[in-house]
Amino acid sequence: MRGKFAFPFLDRSRSIAKPGFSRWLVPPAALAVHLSIGQVYAFSVFKRALQAHFATSLTAIAWIFSLAIVMLGLSAAFLGTWVERNGPRKAMFTSACCWGSGFAIGALGIATRQLWLLYLGYGVIGGIGLGVGYISPVSTLIKWFPDRPGLATGMAIMGFGGGALIASPLSVRLMQAFDPRAAAPTAIASGDAVMKTFLVLGVGYFAVMMFGAFNVRLPPGSRGSLAAATSTGHVSPKYAPLQTGVTISAANAIRTPQFWMLWVVLFCNVTAGIGILEQAAPMIQDFFRVPAAAGSSLGATSRVSAAVAGGFVGLLSMCNMAGRFIWSSASDLIGRKRIYVIYLGLGMVLYTLLATVGSRSTALFAGLAGMILSFYGGGFATIPAYLKDLFGTFQVGAIHGRLLTAWSCAGVAGPLIVNAIIESRGKPGALNAADYQPALFVMVGVLAVGFVANLFVRSVHTRYHERFDASPATARPSAPIQFKKVAP
Amino acid sequence: MTQAPTSRARLALAWLLVGIPLGYGVYETLLKAAKLFTG
Repeated sequence: MRGKFAFPFLDRSRSIAKPGFSRWLVPPAALAVHLSIGQVYAFSVFKRALQAHFATSLTAIAWIFSLAIVMLGLSAAFLGTWVERNGPRKAMFTSACCWGSGFAIGALGIATRQLWLLYLGYGVIGGIGLGVGYISPVSTLIKWFPDRPGLATGMAIMGFGGGALIASPLSVRLMQAFDPRAAAPTAIASGDAVMKTFLVLGVGYFAVMMFGAFNVRLPPGSRGSLAAATSTGHVSPKYAPLQTGVTISAANAIRTPQFWMLWVVLFCNVTAGIGILEQAAPMIQDFFRVPAAAGSSLGATSRVSAAVAGGFVGLLSMCNMAGRFIWSSASDLIGRKRIYVIYLGLGMVLYTLLATVGSRSTALFAGLAGMILSFYGGGFATIPAYLKDLFGTFQVGAIHGRLLTAWSCAGVAGPLIVNAIIESRGKPGALNAADYQPALFVMVGVLAVGFVANLFVRSVHTRYHERFDASPATARPSAPIQFKKVAP
Repeated sequence: MTQAPTSRARLALAWLLVGIPLGYGVYETLLKAAKLFTG
């Protein structure tokens, strides 16, 4: 990965901002990437059509998504330092190529009925695009907004949530345009329509991500330090006291207890959120199930229709996205540790209320679940800012990448835990509120573990800090900064 | 090394490019979520 890249205009040195560049051009560049790769959470709209086209099991199709998420975690963890070394433009370009070609290879797989090409294209290659595309804009925004890292990471990671909101209706519309019969309520789009939709999405996302790649810039100077940005007028000097000056490498960060405490915090936060997301539609129907009338041949029915349950899922998506921006921005004022006390502590209270009094009214149920999901989104979006506070901006992208393994683990553990507990009581969609209580109380316990881990987070010991060796060679704004460990 | 300050038009265009699709997604989701209250 250290070799020469074919396109010199993508080099880190060519993406350093010149005086006069507005840092407010960076958030739309970051959003362009996150809105595109956020599509992955809307993959479920293709499931039924792909299952029918390949005449295979739903599990075989679900593997495409799972593979993409696993590759997201792995590529974020292993390519994080490459992203930091080569800069955001090269990273976003690489991400766009992977994501766009992932769709194209997937389309070829659909056209030739070769499922393995979907695994390879969308799952593996697209998944690498997800990982590289996820961490690069976040790390760049933190460097541009060291005065408001929570706002910065909230903007980008809100985009990831927003990407699914766009892709889901857009994909349905595209499939219906390519196969008008698919507009009927129970109809399934043809493989040809899905293939064409993949091609359109691939080309569209590639173009939008290229817009991001060519508009993104790095702050001048030492890897985006506030001092450098302030000296060139990008950031008001009034924020200078907020800069901690901490610089800890990714290799050192994973040796600190703070990293692993935050790993546990993220794991618990995501596991608890997925607990609701996974079962949202059947859960609200089961919570408001009314017993069958005496003598009736029909089973228990729900006061909540399938359409209303779909509306509930939509509400949760909105709360998830809004929480990413609102709570993460609020963390700049409240403080990172305190806001996680709220996410996890208040989350425990809300989960307990959901389990005990949630069945009293649909409005109460929806309000509690919506608040929980807003904390879930907030926890996702605030974690890079927390990392920046503890480890500095030096390799925050690489550290974030390594921390995202917690997301991958929670993505497997969360549904496993919740489904196992709920299914031990019966089949979701035919249960009642009491059947969900054990699973919800387990989630309270999971949040409690995260709550305690957050309380143990302290400043990182100075023995892990890197010392900046300001040699003349590294003084040039475009030169990669070299850090050298010096004796404390 | 200097360049003209980023123009407001360029900033507005960049934000519109991401704001319009995001607005579309939010609108579609709100329509879906409205069924929670309208049945």
